[in-house]
Amino acid sequence: MLTRSPVRSSSDALAAREAPPVVARDLTVAYRDKPVLWDVDVTIPTRKLVAIIGPNGAGKTTFIRAAMGLVPIVAGTVQIFGGSYASNRGRVAYVPQRGSVDWDFPTDALDVVLMGTYGKLGWVRRPGRPEVERARRCLDQVGMSDFAKRQIRQLSGGQQQRVFLARALAQDADLYFMDEPFAGVDATTERAIVDLLKALRAEGKTVICVHHDLSSAPEYFDWLMLLNGRLIADGPFGETFTHENLQRTYGGRLTAAVVGG
Amino acid sequence: MSGLLRDLVFDYTLRNVALGSALLGIVSGVLGCFAVLRRQGLLGDALSHAALPGICVAFLLAGSRETWVLMLGAGISGWLGTLALLAIVRHTRIHEDSALAVVLSVFFGLGILLLTYVAKRNDANQAGLDRYLFGQAATLVTENVVTMAVLGLAALACVALLFKEFKLLAFDPEFAATLGLNAPRLNLLLNVLTLVAIVIGLQAVGVILMVSLLVGPAVAARQWTNRLSVMLFIAALVGALAGVAGALLSVSQARLPTGPMVILSLTVLVALSLLFAPARGIVWDRLRRWSA
Repeated sequence: MLTRSPVRSSSDALAAREAPPVVARDLTVAYRDKPVLWDVDVTIPTRKLVAIIGPNGAGKTTFIRAAMGLVPIVAGTVQIFGGSYASNRGRVAYVPQRGSVDWDFPTDALDVVLMGTYGKLGWVRRPGRPEVERARRCLDQVGMSDFAKRQIRQLSGGQQQRVFLARALAQDADLYFMDEPFAGVDATTERAIVDLLKALRAEGKTVICVHHDLSSAPEYFDWLMLLNGRLIADGPFGETFTHENLQRTYGGRLTAAVVGG
Repeated sequence: MSGLLRDLVFDYTLRNVALGSALLGIVSGVLGCFAVLRRQGLLGDALSHAALPGICVAFLLAGSRETWVLMLGAGISGWLGTLALLAIVRHTRIHEDSALAVVLSVFFGLGILLLTYVAKRNDANQAGLDRYLFGQAATLVTENVVTMAVLGLAALACVALLFKEFKLLAFDPEFAATLGLNAPRLNLLLNVLTLVAIVIGLQAVGVILMVSLLVGPAVAARQWTNRLSVMLFIAALVGALAGVAGALLSVSQARLPTGPMVILSLTVLVALSLLFAPARGIVWDRLRRWSA
């Protein structure tokens, strides 16, 4: 069932008193009988830009999917703003991997962004003028207003990514999960995403990104979560992004040159 | 031709045939769009083949050929087919495409077996159960058409009501799930509606070729538009045209089976769409490349 978010908490005073956006306790997740995440204990504070970093198959995507109840949890718990995901889903937005949908779908950019308003609309009700205006503003925020009526396959990869970001903005959330938003995008889009992340943080929101590029991470994020099946380290970026931690995360596969850059 | 048109209006049989086939073309055209966009065309094929044993069992148990009895049998057995499919995918390491093939052939084989058994009983009442293989639109009477209309309109009403939810489910089911639009339950509902579309078409089009009336109109419609709502309307139109044309062809030509005639009409419409649709047509695409 759909739940509307309770009174919105934009003021900092309220945000400080309230439960952190994500708290995982002993989180263990398995696909069939193969464990992907073991005993992850992590607290993600509010107003942070968080990178989840780790090698392929480390459970980065699984972590955010488990937090949103998309995969069953074997053991442990995840709390979103101190409650279940289901009771707080109105405060969470999601940007899936770009490759997860068929871009030849008969729809245009504006229509995809409108989908971000479906959660608050609830069953059966159609988006009306306020929703369309909101979707247009969100498209504008990612520099895509000129492409509102473009069929989505006729957009470049970076433009498609920005449409997905606009859809998440339209969800009007306090916590954003993004699965590799920087993957395969052009420089313009990369800039647009970084600006957007900073704007969101300035509004007191929390953004959690699965991220692959170690060299850009220190510049974009201020909180880090290193995963490799288990949680290797988490905390403020500068303190956590150490050579030793990265070695433990990637094993021998890491080139030392990346760190400290 | 003008004689045929006059009969269409005044001839009782022909009017039923045309109305019935238009109706099932519309319903399967609309539901087919979601099946195609979700890449589940083959599921429709498995469902319709799986309906055959149900038709025979319903006849054997009830001893009657009343439409709703046979439709109920077809629906239940198509449903069992879906459950079998889900069970295979969930509990074994067999992939969905193989599971579909298994379900389709096992249920259809069982259906043929039962059909042969029914035919051997020499029961005067059984005459024509085998028309469910390739369909015979000429056998549609008012009672059939009314049943089809009630079920079909109910299915279309569901689509109209839940258009936004079905669109999101087809485009991005995972995102739908994060919004709390329960994806498994929506999925189930959409499958039930597809089953309804199949069941109401079985008498006229037959279990073997029914899937084409689900897939064909959607494929043709996708060529002409980039909007889902428009695509649904065009698919309904294409489905209705193919249904009526196929039914009339089969009725006017000494009772040819309807299924193949519907497919032939549909093929023409699909081919024209694939070739000549403005933005996506192969012909224009080639011309653009050639002139560039």
